[in-house]
Amino acid sequence: MNRRMILYMPLQILRATALLMLLPAAVSIYYREPCVWSFLICSGGALLLSIPAAKLVKPYTKEIYAKDGFVIVALSWILLSALGALPFTISGEIPSYVDAFFETVSGFTTTGASILTHVESMSRGLLFWRSFTHFLGGMGVIVFVMAITNLSDRPIHIMRAEMPGPIVGKLVPKAKQTAKILYLIYIVLTLTEIALLKIGGMSLFEATVHAFGTAGTGGFGIRSDSIAGYTPFAQWVITVFMMVFGVNFNLYYLILIRNFKTALKSRELWVYCGIFGGSTLLVTLNVLRMFPSFGTALRHAAFQVSSIMTTTGFVTTDYDRWPQLSKTVLLLLMFIGACAGSTAGGLKVSRVIILGKTIHREVTRMLHPRSVRVIRFEGKKLEEAVIHNTAVYFVLYFICVMAGFFLLSIEPLDLESCFTAVVACFNNIGPAFGAAGPASNYAVFSPFSKLVLSAAMLLGRLEIFPLILAFSPTTWMKK
Amino acid sequence: MKIIIAGCGKIGSALTRSLVREGHDVTVIDKKKSSVDELVNICDVRGFYGNAADPDVLQEAEVSKADMLIAATSTDELNMLSCFFAKKMGVQHTVARIRNADYNDDNLPFIKQQLGLSMAINPEYQTANTVFNLLKLPSAVKIETFSNRNLEMVDLRLKSDSSLHGLQLSEMRDRYKGNYLVCTVIRGENVFIPGGDFTLQSGDTIGVIAAPNEIPKLLKQLKLMKKQARNIMILGAGRITYYLSKKLASLGTNVKVIDKDLEKCEQLAEQLPSCAVICGDGAEQELLLQEGIRSMDAFIALTGIDEENILLSVFAGAFHTSKVICKVNREGLTEIAESLGLDCVISPEKTVTDIILRYVRALTSTVGSRIETLYQLADGKAEAVEFVVTPDFPAAGIPLKDLRLKTNILIAGIVRNRKSMIPAGKDVILPGDKVIVVSTGRTITDLTDIIK
Repeated sequence: MNRRMILYMPLQILRATALLMLLPAAVSIYYREPCVWSFLICSGGALLLSIPAAKLVKPYTKEIYAKDGFVIVALSWILLSALGALPFTISGEIPSYVDAFFETVSGFTTTGASILTHVESMSRGLLFWRSFTHFLGGMGVIVFVMAITNLSDRPIHIMRAEMPGPIVGKLVPKAKQTAKILYLIYIVLTLTEIALLKIGGMSLFEATVHAFGTAGTGGFGIRSDSIAGYTPFAQWVITVFMMVFGVNFNLYYLILIRNFKTALKSRELWVYCGIFGGSTLLVTLNVLRMFPSFGTALRHAAFQVSSIMTTTGFVTTDYDRWPQLSKTVLLLLMFIGACAGSTAGGLKVSRVIILGKTIHREVTRMLHPRSVRVIRFEGKKLEEAVIHNTAVYFVLYFICVMAGFFLLSIEPLDLESCFTAVVACFNNIGPAFGAAGPASNYAVFSPFSKLVLSAAMLLGRLEIFPLILAFSPTTWMKK
Repeated sequence: MKIIIAGCGKIGSALTRSLVREGHDVTVIDKKKSSVDELVNICDVRGFYGNAADPDVLQEAEVSKADMLIAATSTDELNMLSCFFAKKMGVQHTVARIRNADYNDDNLPFIKQQLGLSMAINPEYQTANTVFNLLKLPSAVKIETFSNRNLEMVDLRLKSDSSLHGLQLSEMRDRYKGNYLVCTVIRGENVFIPGGDFTLQSGDTIGVIAAPNEIPKLLKQLKLMKKQARNIMILGAGRITYYLSKKLASLGTNVKVIDKDLEKCEQLAEQLPSCAVICGDGAEQELLLQEGIRSMDAFIALTGIDEENILLSVFAGAFHTSKVICKVNREGLTEIAESLGLDCVISPEKTVTDIILRYVRALTSTVGSRIETLYQLADGKAEAVEFVVTPDFPAAGIPLKDLRLKTNILIAGIVRNRKSMIPAGKDVILPGDKVIVVSTGRTITDLTDIIK
């Protein structure tokens, strides 16, 4: 275990985050807001502290192992959430640090769960920062830093730990180049959305903030009613782009190198689209009576399904008042999530497919104990290690959700609110049902519950293993 | 450069590590997933697993965009097929490992031409060559040749009773006259390019560069000259032994080969009637003594098992056999072998890696010079590179003492019209010369790299 590297890398990440904080500072200067000072204090303070600290733990060697990669990612995320929360508290706009931490974790993990009761009264610089954390957290902060510097000699361990999905591969031989390509695709798609939203009637600031929210599949809005007040065109644009950012980015690379055949053969993509189409149709028919026309019902249904499935969490209508069937569909979609290798959270469609195939195999095996079956996925034999890992992940996932549910039940709230709040946070969605539903927010929870939910969001975003490894004593023992 | 390496065996992974260190984009292919995963975990490369001659797998590895494919799987035919397909799919340079003797005869040029191979590598043959060179000059630990043997670099290990112990290099030059240059000193894990005030110690390995006829003169002065080995015992009747014995037999050396495997023994005895082939377990001391290990001039351990090679080499060393050469395949064991007092440890992987690296380096350097030869010294911590100077070399004609060289760089030799010289300050580099540069801690791909 390379202890120095484990301390050194998070400090490097912290420094990069401090520099990125100058962007919202620039926005504050443009709008002549006093919160610019809170950014400058945080950024300067972090730089002043991290540079000598990094010198102190300068590693002898840049070699790291799988274990180190997990720990580095976990520590980096906690550290940068702690730093990202400071501007909110220093500027006094979110006085409680626990609240600010919740809000920032929610931002970086692209959850979009908010404790703000009056979003409209926040200064623009802080709103920009809030949404910018979505953008950074979506593709991964460390991947971003990796794209511009040479972090480690063995970057694959860090990539595996930060990028979601059961199988993480590189697009090109070099990790740095891979990170660059991913961010390039990411930025181009985001800019396209900004342009379309601008056409759809939003101001440049609104378009940028909402595009960041969509790109990271986060869901922070700048109005209490989220997207409901914008034009139908803007709503459709966001619906489509939420789906776009929920697709595995490897497919965009395949399209970029004109390998359309392989891209279109992706099983995960078709299942993902199928689930979206089916759910939208079901919900549309179910809520048809609540809206004046079929078109409006379809728009709201598609928006909500897309938003929940891609774990974004924008809303155009209070789906908490929808019939039970639609609510159940949305709850189930919360678990499934979008594709692996995208910016979205949840279990991921590919894991659901792998689990389904494993169940099929095991059932067959009970009928024919000597049968030999190979699970194939995306045209390739799936390694047993991946199948085991997926099954273990699924079990851990449920243990974590249940543990969170238990800890939250201390709150004087109903069962539905508590359970769905944990599910919505763990899967990085944001709005849940009941007390934490689309029409209200997480301000009702106690500070303790907010910390539990923050932990749930981090566990969900980093897919459990990094945090468990970082906090298990055996990792740190010298043996 | 974008390079695809098929086969992640010993040579494949050694190559991958070296090429990644030099900054190339490397993709590896192997049919064993665990080998691929292991490499992907320790190097910044992309891995695919599958048959390296399967066009689908090659396509997946984006072979059409690659500049070079190196096929180093365990099967010759697979390597050839893989290179053939890659060539058809648009790769410019293909290198195949071809080790089977059936292909390594007069047919090789035909095979290379038909498959469009840029290079065919036979690790056993190359290793046999290395061993052969070592035997010609038994006092050297290692010999590298430059520019068609116009210059040689010889590594000498200073024993505890060495007359050079405690001597500064300038004193050494005064005491032992000759046209030579000490260009590297390996001490422990460090490599130095020594200046005149550098003090030598026993235990150091010094690299001396000189014309081939100068080296015996120096060795005689140092009283290190040993007579050329006449009686040689080789353990293991593999392919290296075959190539080596063939070369040695042509010189009239007495070769005795010991191997356990009767079939291998019979095969060798049939191919090389002049060799004495003995079927028996080389690990039995009794057998070795019986076969006269005491009176041998050289003992060479070439079995397939590293541990056996190391142990028996140590055993042979105890009989004051003048030259003991030990083959070690696994990288990690080389250091252990050296720490046991074996100074002549050879590794087929390193030999092949050097050759391929040289080829790749030569492809990358285009501007002012061309790479002819490249040797990595001391686990790649230092290297000796031979360049051909092209007419557009900017520092041509300037006396060396006026050149502002980068640190840790030494111009160790110049070959002009087949005449070699150890350069002094007044000498100049001219277009058409071959220049040998020794450097530590940096990679040089171009002669212009050495100038500030």
